Amino acid sequence: MNASAKKPSKLLRGATGDWEVVIGMEIHAQVTSNAKLFSGAATAFGGEPNSQVSLVDAAMPGMLPVINVECVRQAVRTGLGLNAKINLKSVFDRKNYFYPDLPQGYQISQYKSPIVGEGEVTVDLEEGESIVVGIERLHLEQDAGKLLHDQHPSMSLVDLNRSGIALMEIVSKPDIRSSEQAKAFVAKLRSILRYLGTCDGDMEKGNLRADVNVSVRKPGEPLGTRCEIKNVNSIRFIGQAIDYEARRQIDVIEDGGAIEQETRLFDPNRGETRSMRSKEEAHDYRYFPDPDLLPLQFSQAFVDDLKAHLPELPDERKARFINDFALSPYDAGVLVAERESAEFFEAVLDALKDRARDGKLAANWVINELFGRLNKEAKSISASPVSAKQLAVIINLIGQATISGKIAKDLFEIVWTEGGDPEALVEARGMKQVTDLGAIEKVVDEIVAANPDKVAQAKAKPAMIGWFVGQVMKASGGKVNPQAVNDLLKIKLGL
Amino acid sequence: MAVDAAATRRIAHLARIAVKDEELAHLQGEINAVLAFVEQLQEVNVDGVEPMTSVTPMEMKKREDVVTDGGIADAIVANAPASENHFFVVPKVVE
Repeated sequence: MNASAKKPSKLLRGATGDWEVVIGMEIHAQVTSNAKLFSGAATAFGGEPNSQVSLVDAAMPGMLPVINVECVRQAVRTGLGLNAKINLKSVFDRKNYFYPDLPQGYQISQYKSPIVGEGEVTVDLEEGESIVVGIERLHLEQDAGKLLHDQHPSMSLVDLNRSGIALMEIVSKPDIRSSEQAKAFVAKLRSILRYLGTCDGDMEKGNLRADVNVSVRKPGEPLGTRCEIKNVNSIRFIGQAIDYEARRQIDVIEDGGAIEQETRLFDPNRGETRSMRSKEEAHDYRYFPDPDLLPLQFSQAFVDDLKAHLPELPDERKARFINDFALSPYDAGVLVAERESAEFFEAVLDALKDRARDGKLAANWVINELFGRLNKEAKSISASPVSAKQLAVIINLIGQATISGKIAKDLFEIVWTEGGDPEALVEARGMKQVTDLGAIEKVVDEIVAANPDKVAQAKAKPAMIGWFVGQVMKASGGKVNPQAVNDLLKIKLGL
Repeated sequence: MAVDAAATRRIAHLARIAVKDEELAHLQGEINAVLAFVEQLQEVNVDGVEPMTSVTPMEMKKREDVVTDGGIADAIVANAPASENHFFVVPKVVE
């Protein structure tokens, strides 16, 4: 097998040859703040209908928007986290359209002068590969209200609690070439937002949603006509929507048709995208600067102060884990992907007696034993029955050779199901590793004496020693130190 | 720059203003008169001049991130033609 065959091709096979998919995204991320972008009403999820609405949010005549400075800070922090240019002056515009969830008849957004300009995100893919996805811009805008269609046979109900909550629209450059890359990009962006604390990234609540622009072309040719898939609200659906849409476009073109630029919806039940058949004029938003709002301006010192207080981001944390504990880039990537997982691992490290010695061991335990077990039971890290402290104690016990790795797995199981202090459990249940050489020697002697045929084989083929080690471990219930057994066996077998 | 009858109708529709056929020519004339007036301004050279956003030098007012409003659902829906349990009720809209 040659090297290129190992790497799965990003190109899609069609009847007329290979096709390249070109993807750009617009991510709408709800800003984490107490109050709305331009009013003092609350942003909390799940309030009684219209209970978190001010007269500004309901667009009553004569009301004036006043910007929430924390939303500005959050947008700047996000821009910094995306290595992007921060614009010290930006402008709010009105995007005009009519819909029952939009009482103003326009959305206050940013059009020509966004608060954040170009940036980039490094996205890690499988097998150590990574790509850089350019960020075109980030702007602040208002969210709309919520429509409920299923409460009444002929009417829709409108709740404006969400109306006016701050959103960040993050627009990528068309740098993405496959559904896998698209999913990894959104996952990375979500991770950065959650580390920054600027958006909770909760896709189920719609706090992070993506519009996906998809087009196809023959490699090397100019960009094809794109279709926009609106409001995809899970990472898995983003992948499905792209796969379906790319295949649909290839089929249309190969059948002699042409792609029409349009907005489509992804139907998760059918796994397909459908045309929204909106009237073309729906896209005539007639943007103009909002006369109620002066340009948004702040100083470089304001930006520098936010930058100085930025938390450690996933890329930095990953580099630190690799550097401090000699973790593989893949393992470090797994640990830092979710902020909660990384914090759990940090808590384990903090409770270790010797983190330089046992840090890598701790990483292996968190990734393999803990994550494996959590996945199996579909539990989140925050619901882990084994606390970071308990896990650290188990690792300390392995590190100082009080228990063997095999016994540690049994101990982990006990702590998982029954709870308790691992150290006390080891005492109470006699799980301590036998380090008394005399006792080990006795077991070794018995096994050697009982298996003269294997002893003869081992003399010819020293790798047979593994079989003896296994027998001794079994006979001792896993409580002896495998290295000590190995050393003793070498002597006894004369190897 | 001038708008024709079709553009006038389109502008009215985008603004959700009902315009009768006999009103159209008059509105078209008014819009074109405004455009003609604005066009005169094109004669002024504004190279290097920042767009004016306020007649007095002032900064945008900002608020702190504190919840100071809300809890007035009765007042919010008071003027609604139809409401139910503090929801606005509108003719069904589904894409």
